[in-house]
Amino acid sequence: MINNIRKNFKGAAIEGVTLFSALLIIAIVIVMFTVIFIGGKSQLTWEFLSSFPTDGMTKGGIFPAIYGTALLVIIMSIAAVPFGTITAIYLTEYAKENSIIAKTIRFAVRTLAVIPSIIYGLFGLGFFIKFVGTHVDNSLYGGTLHWGQPNLLWASLTMALLTLPVVIVSVEEALKTVPQELRAASLALGATKWQTIRKVVLPGSVSGIMTGTILAVSRGAGEVAPILFTGAAYYLATLPGLGDQFMVLGYHIYVLTTQSANVDQTLPIQFGTTCVLLLLTFVLNMSAVILRYRIRKKKNN
Amino acid sequence: MTKKEKKGKMKKLSGLEKWQSERIDITQKRFRIGDYLAEKVIKGVAYLSIAIVFLIFVFVFRESFPIFNTSKPATETQVIAKQDSQETYGAVTDNGSAGQKQETYGAVSDSASKSNTQETYGAVTDQSAAPKETVQAGDSTNSKNKTSDTYTVSAGSGSDDNRSALKSMASKEWVPVSANPRYGLLALILGTIKITLISLLFAAPLSILAALYVSVFANKRMKELIKPTIELLAGFPSVVIGFFALMVLATFLQSVFHYETRLNSFVGGIAMGIAAIPIIFTITEDALTAVPKSFYEASLALGASKWQTAFFVILPAATPGIFAAILLGIGRVFGETMIALMATGNAAQMDLNPFASVRTLAATIGAEMAEVVFGDTHYNVLFLIGSLLFIFTFVINAVAEFYVKGKLMKRIQGK
Repeated sequence: MINNIRKNFKGAAIEGVTLFSALLIIAIVIVMFTVIFIGGKSQLTWEFLSSFPTDGMTKGGIFPAIYGTALLVIIMSIAAVPFGTITAIYLTEYAKENSIIAKTIRFAVRTLAVIPSIIYGLFGLGFFIKFVGTHVDNSLYGGTLHWGQPNLLWASLTMALLTLPVVIVSVEEALKTVPQELRAASLALGATKWQTIRKVVLPGSVSGIMTGTILAVSRGAGEVAPILFTGAAYYLATLPGLGDQFMVLGYHIYVLTTQSANVDQTLPIQFGTTCVLLLLTFVLNMSAVILRYRIRKKKNN
Repeated sequence: MTKKEKKGKMKKLSGLEKWQSERIDITQKRFRIGDYLAEKVIKGVAYLSIAIVFLIFVFVFRESFPIFNTSKPATETQVIAKQDSQETYGAVTDNGSAGQKQETYGAVSDSASKSNTQETYGAVTDQSAAPKETVQAGDSTNSKNKTSDTYTVSAGSGSDDNRSALKSMASKEWVPVSANPRYGLLALILGTIKITLISLLFAAPLSILAALYVSVFANKRMKELIKPTIELLAGFPSVVIGFFALMVLATFLQSVFHYETRLNSFVGGIAMGIAAIPIIFTITEDALTAVPKSFYEASLALGASKWQTAFFVILPAATPGIFAAILLGIGRVFGETMIALMATGNAAQMDLNPFASVRTLAATIGAEMAEVVFGDTHYNVLFLIGSLLFIFTFVINAVAEFYVKGKLMKRIQGK
């Protein structure tokens, strides 16, 4: 009897430890979120969001950074989403599950997912700027510097490579939720494979592609390391085009906290910018989580 | 023949509506150009991801390659000047302290007047490596000096530079910007390993226990609370976690542990641990749920309690998966740049004390690449560090993928 109670107590204690770890993680998330939100709440005004920085970055808003982030993720999505979707289609529809080539592609995708983001930055610099950009300059502009320097296009493409695995994984998951019977029915009615994919499989996995895009955008909006030397700029007085450097939210935070001379003076702006970035990624991730849970539910039904 | 060709062309032009009105002959497989092209394009794009991995390796390594080229001819005068200053400097380094360096160098500078300013700067970096706050506050001004300096240094970059750079890699000092640049990677590697250990000690137990809770003990409601929360944590940009560590965590931990430098490997390690939690948690949880239900039921039927089942049956069965989770966590921390840049203090020193500032490999690339001259030795060394990081994460991923997964499958299927 006593032994039994002791055993139960031990069991409860051990279960309590595991519960405690889970709750601690949740607490960390909540604390991080609240601290940043409370710190930046007062800054969340329309004026802050829509005006340029003034007085040597110590006052004013973050509009160019928001604009730059938006452009970055749009160009990035244009590049990453079609490529990711097509790769996912190949993996689920064309490749045989255990063929060497499918395995290699899967391994490559996972490798892309674990390569540190700073390596993408180096690659962007070495490949897009130094290799592609310089060659374009030499052949089209006679050697004058146009594309052989950091700019928005190269940064977006670098970011697209980084977010490619995110798209592939979530689209693949969604494609798998389309029942095999639907494909079989379509093929039995005489449709070709490509027609089946276009008319049956893809419409059934639109939400998956959406999830992938949202996750990719949220990842791309938050990453800083790949664009450190492929296009992000400290301060710009004008809004950027494709061939210009640009301001971006994450880099703005990094620069304000570590590189500026008057860190204390810009503290409200730092908290404000971090809060904006966090809210942005939070909303995006939240919608992706909801979408994904809906897809999984559908799969289980 | 011509009819068939025409038909094919028309279909290609007008697509599906045309096809719907057509009659289909199911007895024979017709060659359809649209289908054929679609398949080829899809295949080609899919192969691209393999090509990208390959290209990343090639181009990162390509930029670091010149450093291995030690036979590049350099003009004689430059070589002599270099050797001169190097020798003197090498002697001085043996003697030690920073103050001495500057004095001796003042005397030498008669012969090589040009590099006077550079050397002073090198000495300054040495000193500012110790007290953390100076590094941080003066960073923006320092960086301006750096760019102007490296221009002159790179002017003389030749074979001799490369040779000494390669030699200096095994040393302990990371002083890339001076007349006698030293690229000692040891301090950086030590710093990276130290921070990885700290963050793993923090993140691994926490996330593994939490995963165990979710997969064994938790009811459905708790699961639906914990899993999305961790997914949200995975979506936190690392720059936000870095900001949190820099502004809040550093102050908080300092007031608890009372250490000297505010930003150190401990703060950075905890922050990176927070970033690694979602990875370790998700993969561990996957591994735990992959353990067949029959294991659980058999253990309970034999009279084991729930926690005994959890710790002595399910956890051991999933060890390869947990191992993979930890490996990938290591990979994440190893390559984390923004948190390292913001919260570790960024001073390259050989010090085993967890409360001392460190500088990681990734942070070094992030901090110095923007200020370096293209094609310079320093630039090549940074790319070399990048290649090292790439190879390291590639190997970690390969091990996690093939070795661990094979083992896990074997164990679960009871072979």
